[in-house]
Amino acid sequence: MRTLDIKLFRDLVRLWAQALAIALVIAGGVSTVVLAVGSLRSLEETRAAYYERYRFADVFATARRAPRTLVDQIAEIPGVAGVDARIVKLALLDIPNYSEPATGQVISLPEIGEPALNRLYMREGRTPEPGRADEAVVNEGFAKAHGFTPGSRFSAILNGRKRELVVVGIALSPEFIYAVGPGDIMPDDRRFGVIWMSERALASVYDLDDAFSSVAVKLLLGASERDVIMRLDAILDRYGGRAAYGRKDQTSHAWLDHELDMLSNMSRTLPPIFLLVSAFLVNLTLTRLVALEREQIGLMKALGYRNASIVTHYLKFVIVIATIGIVIGAATGTWLGIWITNLFGAFFHFPFLVFTKSPDLYVVAAALSLIAAAIGALRALREVVRLAPAVAMQPPAPPRFRRLVPANVALDKFVSQPTMMMLRNTMRHPVRSSFTMLGMALATAILVVSLFTRDTMEGLIDVTFFLADRQDGTVSFVEKRPQDVVMQIARLPGVLAAEPSREVPVRIRSGTIERRIVIGGRPLNADLNRIIDADLRPVLLPDTGLALSSMLAQVLEVELGQSVEIDLLEGTQRTVSLPVTALIEDYFGIRGMMDADALARLMREAPTVNSVNVSLDGSARDMFYAAIKGMPVVSGLALQRVSLANFREAIALLITTMAGIYTGLAAVIAFGVVYNSARISLSERARELASLRVLGFTRGEVLRILLLELAVLTLLAQPPGWVMGYGLAWIMQTNLAGELMRVRLVVEQPTYVFASAIVIAAAVLSALVVRRRINKLDLVSVLKTRD
Amino acid sequence: MADTVFTARALTKTYISGETQVLALRALDLEIFAGEVVVLLGPSGSGKSTLLNIMGGLDHATSGQLFFRDQELTNLDDWGLTAYRRQHVGFVFQFYNLIPSLTAYENVALVTEISDHPMRPDEALALVGLEPRMHHFPAQLSGGEQQRVAIARAIVKRPEVLLCDEPTGALDSKTGIRVIEALLGINAQLGTTVLIITHNASIQDVADRVLFFADGQISRIQKNEARRAAAELVW
Repeated sequence: MRTLDIKLFRDLVRLWAQALAIALVIAGGVSTVVLAVGSLRSLEETRAAYYERYRFADVFATARRAPRTLVDQIAEIPGVAGVDARIVKLALLDIPNYSEPATGQVISLPEIGEPALNRLYMREGRTPEPGRADEAVVNEGFAKAHGFTPGSRFSAILNGRKRELVVVGIALSPEFIYAVGPGDIMPDDRRFGVIWMSERALASVYDLDDAFSSVAVKLLLGASERDVIMRLDAILDRYGGRAAYGRKDQTSHAWLDHELDMLSNMSRTLPPIFLLVSAFLVNLTLTRLVALEREQIGLMKALGYRNASIVTHYLKFVIVIATIGIVIGAATGTWLGIWITNLFGAFFHFPFLVFTKSPDLYVVAAALSLIAAAIGALRALREVVRLAPAVAMQPPAPPRFRRLVPANVALDKFVSQPTMMMLRNTMRHPVRSSFTMLGMALATAILVVSLFTRDTMEGLIDVTFFLADRQDGTVSFVEKRPQDVVMQIARLPGVLAAEPSREVPVRIRSGTIERRIVIGGRPLNADLNRIIDADLRPVLLPDTGLALSSMLAQVLEVELGQSVEIDLLEGTQRTVSLPVTALIEDYFGIRGMMDADALARLMREAPTVNSVNVSLDGSARDMFYAAIKGMPVVSGLALQRVSLANFREAIALLITTMAGIYTGLAAVIAFGVVYNSARISLSERARELASLRVLGFTRGEVLRILLLELAVLTLLAQPPGWVMGYGLAWIMQTNLAGELMRVRLVVEQPTYVFASAIVIAAAVLSALVVRRRINKLDLVSVLKTRD
Repeated sequence: MADTVFTARALTKTYISGETQVLALRALDLEIFAGEVVVLLGPSGSGKSTLLNIMGGLDHATSGQLFFRDQELTNLDDWGLTAYRRQHVGFVFQFYNLIPSLTAYENVALVTEISDHPMRPDEALALVGLEPRMHHFPAQLSGGEQQRVAIARAIVKRPEVLLCDEPTGALDSKTGIRVIEALLGINAQLGTTVLIITHNASIQDVADRVLFFADGQISRIQKNEARRAAAELVW
């Protein structure tokens, strides 16, 4: 081994703590990229493979009763690769030992073989025997929530008649990765289940022999979804067909898409910040570390080493450190990525996971870290190598300090000499001071971004469930009912208040932009289900015109007062034009709202009701549930607050995990920065500090002088850190806002406090480590070795 | 003694220290001959180190000329000066300037790797009597031993001149004498021209010539008819 390489190795061993701290900062940056992008890609690949293998359909449509003969006709639509016609119905469920009424989506399975599309992945058991009306396959989430195994029994009200079903199989379906019940806005496996039954059995129950009520279509690659939807609508029109829709309006797909979007957003926002921050900090640290080698560089020059060999030597030094960081980061990132993928995979109930290999990620992360490290070293070397060896071997000339205030102002009355040293030192290196501060501020900022998700989720829950949708439950009916059903519901035990709601599916259009939404009709004085404006105040629904979700207005590019075109997809199926008269601040989905009477007039019908929102007396819930289960006209009961509790639990795990990981990495970065700043300051000022010890300063006082500057910079960095954190959070939430869900940016004070606390704790921890060094400061040798 | 190693003509060096301009060398004229032992004496700031640094190619002159044999050092660029240092010059500094992370042997080997006809590192260490301790790190060696490692490192490439800046400055008299002995031994065995800067006037007795410095100029040159051996020195 060449002598210089031996020196390199020994220097690394000597500086192991600092080298490791720098390597950890790099590792923090690298692992975030690898973990975030890696797990996202794995989940996307998994979904793609799942969809592909289990033939998830592209277009969906429902009908009242369509003859089977239409299947061939649908298959002949240009661009259609496969058709699966089936019976799909909603049914109220009665589950033993479970008081809340659950809703089941009942789907038919062909008598022989597998469905052409949306195939099942059987976790356990088998599919129903042909014609067996009492056998059912249920989705895994539902089975787990109730502890079902093959052989378990529950009841369902199918077409008004209660039937007992026995579970024969437990399955997963690409169609119900995210199983959200009708009227619900969050998945709740206890109250919503998917039930697959024999087609023959369902046909006889629902009187749908040789007919279907739902069709799924798979498209050829490159086929126009829009064209297929139009032709499908035309075919089904006569049979009570409701507008066909594509994957983006399919609940499960849309939610999954949204979740992956969120992850993708996080992976686009956070990792680059982490990586850049770490690259920047490494650069800064290595510059100072190499600058400390000034005298050895001078000596090597004196011995006749060429600049190129010296530069190579130090480049190797930083490359080794960077490589250690990259290896640690890549390993940690890969491991965390697999963990996260497993966690999300379990949350989505993916039957299998595909772990993608992403060499490009490693290359990009490694290259950026290496370049940052190399530039850091070169910056310092450029300065030192330029010096004549005789000069380089001397310690740098005393820097020129400036008076902070005119000489005749006696500042020393106000600040001690050590404070003055700190102030002058900070002012002397304005660039370094501000960079160090920027580094700390960025550490705080990435912590704020890692932590704000929870606040925002809570904010969203507050507004949605405590300001807008204040009902305890929503009773929906199989068919629309006359208005008097509200009184019936109101008289049920435990009901404190009941409000009708009418939902009309429509296509809403402005220019060429079109969306499928539901227009809700609310009574004028609705108190449970309120409309909230941007200032979070309840507003009255205007008695004419249409209120739109702000997001929808944005999507359609319409403003208050402008008109939109509406195709009513029910009843008269007319196309009308309505003015937008109010904007709704809501966070889930996009929708329109109208005064119930105005909607009835628009539909040219007597006031009717699809569902009733109720407020419940907590102590009489079970009686209410029992009463609902006995009503054949009821298709489901959505219990928003119950769902909320479950959802919060499920999502909390994911958010806490992600935030935990990012927080950990940010803390590592913060520690690395503070530790290195302190250690390097110590090396740079060893002589000065030893002189102070000789003069009689105590270790504590010397430590204070050394760390005061860092402490001041750390504290000064906090407010800008909060501002940057808020800015980054804003960017993230803006990118996240979608039609399915968006959030109101909320960053609570405790989040700022917590972020700063972590950075400050990291600073204190590194101060403690440095204190051991101060205690070991060799007074004599430090003073002796130089003139 | 006609074989001239260094020739300086009106050599001048000014530099800026903080906010003051310092005239370190004032139009110095000088000749150094092959195989000589020269001692440079004078108070701090009198220009000794500046002269040595320029002679060693560690620093640039502001004006004037300096020749190493026929080669003008004062117009060499950094590349040329580096080559000159590699081939012809060995340095010994007051504070040894050993690389702390390398052993005695490795500190010497650091130089053998970049020179053309070096001796073996252990040979060089034997010349200064340090062979038994060659695998020790600088921190495990005494000051005198460290300085002898520095000398071994300086002579391992068989330089024509050995430039020593206060080689005994940080040492007690007994170890200082051993270091001077090592330097004179090199001069005797290899014929290397040796220049020694010192504050210690008693060392002048070992020299062929003594240059007295004051204010950036040579105020007096003293020729010793007979050199004393290092062992006879007292300080």
